Amino acid sequence: MGVGITVEHLNAFYGKTQALFDVNITVLANHATALIGPSGCGKSTFIRCLNRMHETIPEARVDGKVRIGELSVYNGTSATQLRRRVGMVFQKPNPFPTMSIYDNVAAGLKLNGFHNRKQLEEIVHKSLQSAALWDEVKDHLHKKSGASLSGGQQQRLCIARALAVQPEVLLMDEPCSALDPISTGKIEELIFQLKEQYTIVIVTHNMQQAARVAEFTGFFLLGKMIEFDKTEKIFTNPSDKRTEDYVTGRFG
Amino acid sequence: MPDTTSNSAAEMDPRSSIPPISLRRRITDHVMTGVAVLTVVLVLLPLFAIFAYLVYKGIGSINIAFLTQTPKPVGESGGGMANAIAGSMVILGIASLLGVPFGIGAGIFLSEYGRNRYGDIVRFVSDVLNGVPSIVVGIVAYGLVVVRQKHFSALAGGVALAIMMVPTIARTTEQMLLLVPQAIREAAYGLGVSRWRTTLSITLRTATSGVITGVMLAFARVAGETAPLLFTAFGNQYWNWKTDQPTAALSLQIFTYAISPFDEWHKQAWAGALVLIILIVGAVAAVRIAVRHGTLAGA
Amino acid sequence: MSNQALPRPRFNAPEPERGPSKQGSKAALKIEARTTPVLQGKVSEIPDIVFGWTMRLCGLAVVALLGLIVYQLAVGSQLSWHAFGWKFFGQSDWNPVEDQYGALPFVFGTIVSSLLSLVIAVPLSIGVAVFITEMCPVALRGALSFTTELLAAIPSVVYGLWAIFVLVPILREYVQPLLAKTLGWTGLFSGPPYGIGMLAAGTILAIMIIPIISSITREVLTVVPQHQREAVLALGATRWEMIRMGVLRNARAGIVGAIILGLGRALGETMAVTMVIGNRPEIAKSLFAPGYTMASVLANEFTEATGNLYLSALIEIGLALFFVTIVVNALARLMVWSVTRGQPARSMA
Repeated sequence: MGVGITVEHLNAFYGKTQALFDVNITVLANHATALIGPSGCGKSTFIRCLNRMHETIPEARVDGKVRIGELSVYNGTSATQLRRRVGMVFQKPNPFPTMSIYDNVAAGLKLNGFHNRKQLEEIVHKSLQSAALWDEVKDHLHKKSGASLSGGQQQRLCIARALAVQPEVLLMDEPCSALDPISTGKIEELIFQLKEQYTIVIVTHNMQQAARVAEFTGFFLLGKMIEFDKTEKIFTNPSDKRTEDYVTGRFG
Repeated sequence: MPDTTSNSAAEMDPRSSIPPISLRRRITDHVMTGVAVLTVVLVLLPLFAIFAYLVYKGIGSINIAFLTQTPKPVGESGGGMANAIAGSMVILGIASLLGVPFGIGAGIFLSEYGRNRYGDIVRFVSDVLNGVPSIVVGIVAYGLVVVRQKHFSALAGGVALAIMMVPTIARTTEQMLLLVPQAIREAAYGLGVSRWRTTLSITLRTATSGVITGVMLAFARVAGETAPLLFTAFGNQYWNWKTDQPTAALSLQIFTYAISPFDEWHKQAWAGALVLIILIVGAVAAVRIAVRHGTLAGA
Repeated sequence: MSNQALPRPRFNAPEPERGPSKQGSKAALKIEARTTPVLQGKVSEIPDIVFGWTMRLCGLAVVALLGLIVYQLAVGSQLSWHAFGWKFFGQSDWNPVEDQYGALPFVFGTIVSSLLSLVIAVPLSIGVAVFITEMCPVALRGALSFTTELLAAIPSVVYGLWAIFVLVPILREYVQPLLAKTLGWTGLFSGPPYGIGMLAAGTILAIMIIPIISSITREVLTVVPQHQREAVLALGATRWEMIRMGVLRNARAGIVGAIILGLGRALGETMAVTMVIGNRPEIAKSLFAPGYTMASVLANEFTEATGNLYLSALIEIGLALFFVTIVVNALARLMVWSVTRGQPARSMA
């Protein structure tokens, strides 16, 4: 059902500055993997390399191999094609401000040429259900704009929008950092349920969140991946001293 | 706290040793405030005077005849500027058809593909073009169109005005597109939307009202222009729907009538000026309202 | 910081809590099963490439436009350039009948009318700008700035119309006799007070350039950081002194830039000037005398130009006007940019 991700010898650059140094990871299908680390350690850069969003920054460059399922990310597939199989949810919710809730969710499909009205309605319904937003917005689908919802609702809208394209992988870059605790709780519940169908990679600076939500955790520091293991092990018995220092709160 | 008796209180108080602000300085301050107010009055005076005179002198001559008839020969009273009004609309239509797409395209280039040296060159040239006197643009359009076609025409006038619209629209479009947060574009890219689709359906769409306002401003600016039309459209006392003949324009007509020695024409010049201002303001307002109605609740 | 004395704490709390929080989801989340995606098929790169190049073409068109303007003007003025060379701008004999063309009267007229307009407009513009940004009650600010910018929306021909029938009579009946009586000894205000003439042109030009000088000045003044004002006030200055020392002094370069931008606008202004300057190619000392500007002679004589040399001479004047305005505008922009650090001024149009 889901696909796994393999990363080999990944190096990433912003112009002359190197942001990632020889990262190697295997992400298991249908599991949630968390990436933790202090600010500026490269975890956001890493996740953006997985769906080639890193390239949208001028002078950004990537070296190495990434495979998602059988697809080679940097060799042969167009970025646009790749991103239809890999969805992304960003730190700050970014619904399209000029579109209604319905249009927001359908955007990924409509903008890519899919216009079958009946199927679209079905997909929008299912996506909003999966994002646990359906009950709250079902009466205002076409009237309210995406930007008129609360922060937590907007983020769930973005999740629904990403799910509507039926990706196999869901990348989440600190999805809850701009949200209040209740919304955060709702979204964590969501992730917990979603990972049965999707492969999820979530960047978080909140260690307890990683512990709650992910089976595997990777610890980044200064652009290198220090340790990658089952979440339980990372938090109770890490192998690397730096990991231990971070999770016990000595720095970061 | 130092121990002070009432006698030495004044000596201990440091504030008493600093002299109060001198009378001269205070007077200067008030005088300068007065001067500033005076400048505002002097500047607003001509503004109100112009609008007042426009209405006062123009309103009397605006009637159905004025709006529907062509000019009568000298000496006869009556007649109107219908052909000039229609001619202006045709010329402006042509100018918009030519200028708006290129202007918006250049604006998209500057904001989405031009954050580099090439974009800087286009940006600089755009600003330079904005400063070219309109009469010079008229000369260029003359050479480009009138000389080739061997006659004056609405097309030549439209080309001249289009040349003036492009740099203005390019810069305002660029600014409006830059206001769209990068996060919105990223959301679209993340969904696997191609770049051209993102630029048009997301970025441009989000900035639509601002871009339209910019276009309207450019439109309003050229709508009142006379100089570039002097030797392109040239003006015409009669109806003309042919593309190979000189065309009347409201601004040209106002000019011709104003410098003429005939009282009757002077009155019509005022009326024409009033109509021109009303049309410009009306067009801008109409577009503003239309844009506002097209947006969603909460957007 | 050495922590060797302390035992290494184990990360115990909270236990990696799996599953939804105890706060309880009311109903189990209904996650729909993944289906095959509806978006199939290969994505072509071609539309992106075509679009990108089309946009670049539009950008190129802007540059080409400038090239076109220069080309047309250069080619058109060839004849005149070959006939007269640089002397074209030094001679004052403008005689179409004998095919003799000297552009000095127009250059003179352009310079004098523009400078005169600056003399009138600059104090007024700066005064308005200072008032709006420093003295005006906040509630009025929007209305006042809107009204001054309204002045910029009035077409040139309407200004000219008003100038002919309202301004000129005022100058003729009241202002010019007064000036002649009080300042006539300077020689600047002598000769019959027609009303029409250099003074009228300079005045209407001044009214037309006030909006641009004032709005750029306003932007430049607003950019002066608040702490500069506070520093001067803290020294015990009056408000005017604060404005003079803390604001105007800092914004000097930008204000000069605004003035030069106004000059650029004045140099190219055609219709209103043509309607009130008298259109006589003469160089006179008095401001009451009629004159002629480069833009005006183009407006008046271009369509009547018989003969290639005549036309070419006019186009050469256009070329000169083009270059002068470009240089002046570029200079002005540099000065304004140095103060506002490149944020594009809104009202550059």
